[in-house]
Amino acid sequence: MSSRSSMRTPLGRVRNLGSSHSGTSDFWRQRLTAVAMALLILPVIVIVLMLIGRNQAGAAQILGSLPIAIILVLFIIASAWHMKIGMQIVIEDYIHNEKLKLASVMANNFFCIAVALASIYAILKLSSGV
Amino acid sequence: MTARIERPISPHLQTYRVTLTMALSVIHRATGIALYFGTLLLSWWLIAAASGPGAYANVQAFTGSIIGKLIVFGYTWALLHHLCSGFRYFFWDLGYGFKANEREALTWGALIAGISLTVLVWIVAYTVGGGR
Repeated sequence: MSSRSSMRTPLGRVRNLGSSHSGTSDFWRQRLTAVAMALLILPVIVIVLMLIGRNQAGAAQILGSLPIAIILVLFIIASAWHMKIGMQIVIEDYIHNEKLKLASVMANNFFCIAVALASIYAILKLSSGV
Repeated sequence: MTARIERPISPHLQTYRVTLTMALSVIHRATGIALYFGTLLLSWWLIAAASGPGAYANVQAFTGSIIGKLIVFGYTWALLHHLCSGFRYFFWDLGYGFKANEREALTWGALIAGISLTVLVWIVAYTVGGGR
């Protein structure tokens, strides 16, 4: 797709949803996940405080209870999504080499997905008591 | 792709006089990056709890050590500061708090609230946990 063959101006192509064609979705999701975490932070801190000084058996019992597992899974999803967006903004701001930028954005996605899935898997394992 | 259009770019941060809001903007980003890597600790802790007593004892040995405590304390502050500092962006997104005194007050508020909440959480932690 050469711009020569198109009658559209460069400005016209980035209007509405912009050059990424996803508009302000990252901006919106950053706020959405921020509000989610702001609502969840108090119960999460209480859960962490409840676990202080307990051994593995005691911690596993608390972490495996249904409401606590749900709160933690929600918090992990929101935080992984939020940090994926945040780190991508940092990468796009400071890494100007196109290929290194693409590799960094990919690594960022892998890191966030891996951290989220590993944490969620651990909670599900504790919940099922296996 | 199209020919590069040379658009004006904003000068680098160093060009400007350091202001409180600017410093806090940098700290917001820095705490965000610290929290990003700090999730590894949270993940390790959850995986250890799911793995068994031996793995969990390793995490507790780490979080009970001086370095571990410093990292967890730093993580607590980074989390709570990023939270309080983040609230400023909600006000600004909604169109409030742009006057000079308002944005200074919001920024001081975030700084003080972040530190106060961190101290509060650790006082509670020591009260319920007896120093663990």
